[in-house]
Amino acid sequence: MSNLEDLYREVILDHYRTPRNKGELPPPATCTEGANPLCGDEIRIFLDIADGVVRDVRFSGHGCSISQASASMMTIAVKGKSVADVRAVAKRFKQLMTIEEDDGKVPADIRLGDIEALQGVVKYPVRIKCAVLGWNTLLEGLDSART
Amino acid sequence: MTLDVAAVRREFALLSRMVAGKPIHYLDSANTSHKPECVINAMSSFMRESYSPIGRSSYSLATEASDVYEAARTKVAKFINARSSREVVFTKNATESLNLAAQSWGRANLQPGDAVVLTHMEHHANIVPWQMLAKEKGFEIRWVPLTSDFQLDLSSLDQLLRGAKAFAFTSMSNVLGTINPTRELCAAAHAAGAIAIVDGCQSVPHMATDVQQWNADMLAFSSHKMCGPTGVGVLWAREDLLDSMPPFLGGGGMISEVRLDDFTCAELPHKFEAGTPPIVEVVGLGTAVDFLQGIGMNEVRRHEMELTNYAYHALTARYGNDITIHGPVNPEMRGATFSFAFRGVHPHDVSQVLDQHNVYVRAGHHCAKPLMRLIGANATARASMYLYSNESDVDALVEALDDVSSIF
Repeated sequence: MSNLEDLYREVILDHYRTPRNKGELPPPATCTEGANPLCGDEIRIFLDIADGVVRDVRFSGHGCSISQASASMMTIAVKGKSVADVRAVAKRFKQLMTIEEDDGKVPADIRLGDIEALQGVVKYPVRIKCAVLGWNTLLEGLDSART
Repeated sequence: MTLDVAAVRREFALLSRMVAGKPIHYLDSANTSHKPECVINAMSSFMRESYSPIGRSSYSLATEASDVYEAARTKVAKFINARSSREVVFTKNATESLNLAAQSWGRANLQPGDAVVLTHMEHHANIVPWQMLAKEKGFEIRWVPLTSDFQLDLSSLDQLLRGAKAFAFTSMSNVLGTINPTRELCAAAHAAGAIAIVDGCQSVPHMATDVQQWNADMLAFSSHKMCGPTGVGVLWAREDLLDSMPPFLGGGGMISEVRLDDFTCAELPHKFEAGTPPIVEVVGLGTAVDFLQGIGMNEVRRHEMELTNYAYHALTARYGNDITIHGPVNPEMRGATFSFAFRGVHPHDVSQVLDQHNVYVRAGHHCAKPLMRLIGANATARASMYLYSNESDVDALVEALDDVSSIF
């Protein structure tokens, strides 16, 4: 069919069909809401942070395959990592999405792994917002957990 | 006589554009329409040959430009059967027209204890301006609900309108395609002592408009959805109403006299046209009106009804329960705008796959979030047609949807 295969890679469709860490966490986990006002997508990220480590994470809400798959892959990438490393992963991801420049500050050992499958999104600029929705919400959650 | 779609399409150069070596199928006309050659030519030749300021300078070229500008106003007035061209105000777009209605008429007439009635199928442009003013003025906003078959539920309309000062509603839903009984709604508003403000963005481009037959008080619509350029909209209002309304934007062109301590307003409609207006765009709109009148709005409507019927049957025959069309079935009750859900696939993914086949639909909430909540969707895909759309566009949509299933 098409170069849509670049966008809808199998690993993305897999996370879309079978999202990981979908659900909620009870308080005292933080809950942060994010929305894409353009398309109506909404997401909630639940974070259980202790001793500077993201011990658990869940996401809920609804959205397109790209936003859901990206959030699902994100939960796997950040679970068990230190807050500093999570921020670095998020920064690396935004660099992949071309919305942040590589300023050389992300340590070389921070890798995205499967998440790199989302690289195809860059060819479809309107979908970048879908891909980063969960990540931006995650970053807001980290900020609110700190205060 | 039926509309010669092939001939109409030849007027729209963009429709024959190829993308990736294949023809395009533009199904987003409820969003914005394409422009015929006559409109493009009228705008460029006006700029080449007659462009000048209007209404300000007295040399011959400026007079000529003013005449062309005012002739466009007369064309628009006739197009909607206004009593006079003094009732036609040019704005930036329909959104500004509705903001003008709220900020000028609403600010002067609404106070705590008053009510404005809206409907559940309004575009944000006919919701937010009233909410903004209500926050300040403390009046109540009431909502006309919908029936299960996507019509306005008029069973409690009289009750909702009791004590209301204005009833602002769309003549055709930009999501559902539902055509509302504008004349009856205006009558109901008047019976309750309210004025009737019609958002005509979706109906004015697609069917004959007669503000006198409706007995409406105000009508907002935009040029860019009716073959005209962006950058200009219209607010029509009854002359006595416009006379009683304070100005909206202040500046040049809208005044009669300015002293250090006060000003007086210009005559209608200039009182509401502060600053240099979109002169070239108004000329383009005038030509778009000529174009549509030349075809005949009843012909446009008939063509779109046939196409609506064709599309409804083509989509449901092929996909049955896999497709849910959010809108009336009967083509007499609806325009050629189809919002749909397809096999549980997110509308963004649907539109992405359709794009691969050069089938251009809009995915999202269509600036009608309260309505989306009501129909239980966060977003829909929307295919919307116009006088230049044809069965091949519909067929391409039907075929391309099949590909959606192959991925998801």
